[in-house]
Amino acid sequence: MWYVLKQIAKTGIKTERLPEPAAEMVVAARLHEDILRTLGRALTIRQVDAGSCNGCELEIHALGNPYYNIEGAGIKFVASPRHADMLLVTGPVSKHMAIALRRTYDATPDPKLVVAVGDCGCTGGIFGESYATLGGVGSVIPVDVAVPGCPPSPTALLQGILAAISTAAPRSEPSLSSSAQPLPETPIERTHRIPLETPRDGTI
Amino acid sequence: MNVSPLGIAAATLPSPIPAQRCPVSSGQLLTACRLAWEQGGQLVALWASDDRDRDRGFCLRVLLRDSDGLTLLEHTLPDEGARYPDLSLIFPVANRMQRAAFDLVGVQCDAEDQRPWTWQAAWPIDCFPLRRDFEPSPKWEAGEEDYAFVKVAGDGVHEIPVGPVHAGIIEPGHFRFQVVGEKVLRLEQRLGYVHKGIEKRFETLNIEDGYRLAGRVSGDSTVAYAWAYAQALESISSLDVPARASWLRALCLERERIANHLGDLGYLGNDGGFAFGLAQFSRLKEQVLRLNRDVFGHRLLMDMVIPGGVAHDIEAAAVAAMRRQCFELRHEVRILRDIYDEHAGLQDRFRSCGQVSPELATKLALTGLAGRASGIAHDLRCDFFCPPYDTLGVRKAAQSDGDVAARVAVRFDEVLESLRLIETLAEAMPESEIIVPLPEVPTYAVGLGYVEGWRGPVLIALESGPGASIRRCHPHDPSWLNWPVLEHAVIGNIVPDFPLINKSFNLSYSGHDL
Ligand code: SF4
Repeated sequence: MWYVLKQIAKTGIKTERLPEPAAEMVVAARLHEDILRTLGRALTIRQVDAGSCNGCELEIHALGNPYYNIEGAGIKFVASPRHADMLLVTGPVSKHMAIALRRTYDATPDPKLVVAVGDCGCTGGIFGESYATLGGVGSVIPVDVAVPGCPPSPTALLQGILAAISTAAPRSEPSLSSSAQPLPETPIERTHRIPLETPRDGTI
Repeated sequence: MNVSPLGIAAATLPSPIPAQRCPVSSGQLLTACRLAWEQGGQLVALWASDDRDRDRGFCLRVLLRDSDGLTLLEHTLPDEGARYPDLSLIFPVANRMQRAAFDLVGVQCDAEDQRPWTWQAAWPIDCFPLRRDFEPSPKWEAGEEDYAFVKVAGDGVHEIPVGPVHAGIIEPGHFRFQVVGEKVLRLEQRLGYVHKGIEKRFETLNIEDGYRLAGRVSGDSTVAYAWAYAQALESISSLDVPARASWLRALCLERERIANHLGDLGYLGNDGGFAFGLAQFSRLKEQVLRLNRDVFGHRLLMDMVIPGGVAHDIEAAAVAAMRRQCFELRHEVRILRDIYDEHAGLQDRFRSCGQVSPELATKLALTGLAGRASGIAHDLRCDFFCPPYDTLGVRKAAQSDGDVAARVAVRFDEVLESLRLIETLAEAMPESEIIVPLPEVPTYAVGLGYVEGWRGPVLIALESGPGASIRRCHPHDPSWLNWPVLEHAVIGNIVPDFPLINKSFNLSYSGHDL
């Protein structure tokens, strides 16, 4: 026990300041400001891997480490969609996961937010659309915020999550206090060649 | 493996380690496998290709490994009605690979188990995606399949279905437990949920670009996959990479191993009820990833290894930073290892939990880090000398208890050994170019890449097509071999120990489902 305490004391507090929300990641503003204010105080997230290569999951895991300390910001990952305010979805949606993703979305109580993670979650990424994949998350459920990157860095993920729950509306219209907006069509490219211009390390 | 007594002709196969390629009849396929098994060889992979456009029907490929190297048995099936013998009678682990080969290419096996494996009703069961005349239709809707799980009957037996969406942040898969009280009688896995059509996608790419997709077969092993892909392509094109490039590749591979092992050690502590471990190890892992970002420009090192060499060189200051980090990490890991070893509660959870005996491990071809925890002392970095490992004298981790504690110990041993390797690599980096241009790639050539990733050996089998296209690329994750062993490892344990046992293997879903 002494060594455990010594190690804890020696390590000190590593947690860094939260980044600013990234308004440019917002693709649809669907919730009223008052709801967002409540959600913003304590947010529960259900993560769904809808077909990723597991690279995005590694960076989502990193959010829990002492540097980003997402729980310290009042954001918690939960085991059931029924307890969740937000779905954090990775991957090009594989056809084998489409039904499970849809069901998870339906099981999440309203009002709910959806954050699509990674180039694959945004557009299908390197895997594109095929006999086995449906492309981006937006092709199956409505998406509020899209976080690009392959994989996005933990900071980018935090910026995206905070953008979704931020009452600071995107600088440009629409403002979050307006009523629900229709989801713009997610652009899905049928990639025949690998998009070589993908930013490294999700620099945004 | 010497196949000449069987009357089989062998040709050399382009590969970084000794490898041969042998055309076999159906009878020879069976005898060669049996001989390999008797001599201590193992099945590495089984896959099929459609060669009807070249008037060669279908080709079933079976890759075996023994202490001499790799043997690729190639068996031609003239048409889709032809069947090949059931190899799972010799190598039980062939079962799922045979089923997947049918789902994707439509080659039939004589086996009793004819259930689909990769197929889950996303496309019609009589259409085979890896055939060359396959045309996907936009009308196909993702359906639901009714998979025939094995039932266990008896007094007090009940069933717990789990997944595909799990409680934690992990990949999707389905587990069906048959239990009595809390004790697991049987576990059956159903995988394939993250099938993304990777093999088909390869065929749309230029052969020089394929490394990027290879590096995304299983994101946690991106360096191992990209390197294996580069090896396969370089073998086909008879290209030697500059010395500095292979040193940098090894540096990345060892950093990938350290990052993953540190992450796992944290989660294993956490699953054993010791949250302190997670906080500490995830902190150390983050330090490794941050230095990766600063030095190589990517936290997970994606797209670092490219055919012909590596994408970036590193400067002397970066080398010094890495050495400093090795020094600090070694100190911290040793302290944490002592804490883990002396924590009675943790050891109580780790010891004799999820045990795989060396006999079972041999029978089921357990591989990689889990293999080294069950007395299977294989490690490509020591067994076959590929640069730069030929000069490093890698010390193999070797444990034999086969329980969670042994898999934890292997990770600790390997982290410390990788730290030593990085220091050695950093001490004497050869000065040379870091990349050379790829010569013209011969058409219809087959080559292999085989790299000891952190989880185990990662294989890429690559076949070139006309005009620098990819005719066929089969990535094969060590998880194919280890998933079935996990089913055995949980028998007799209690259900609440499953997450711990599962984590101690930490297998890839994406790398397996493709
Ligand atoms: S965005 Fe990149 S890291 Fe994330 S799932 Fe796709 S390929 Fe993997």
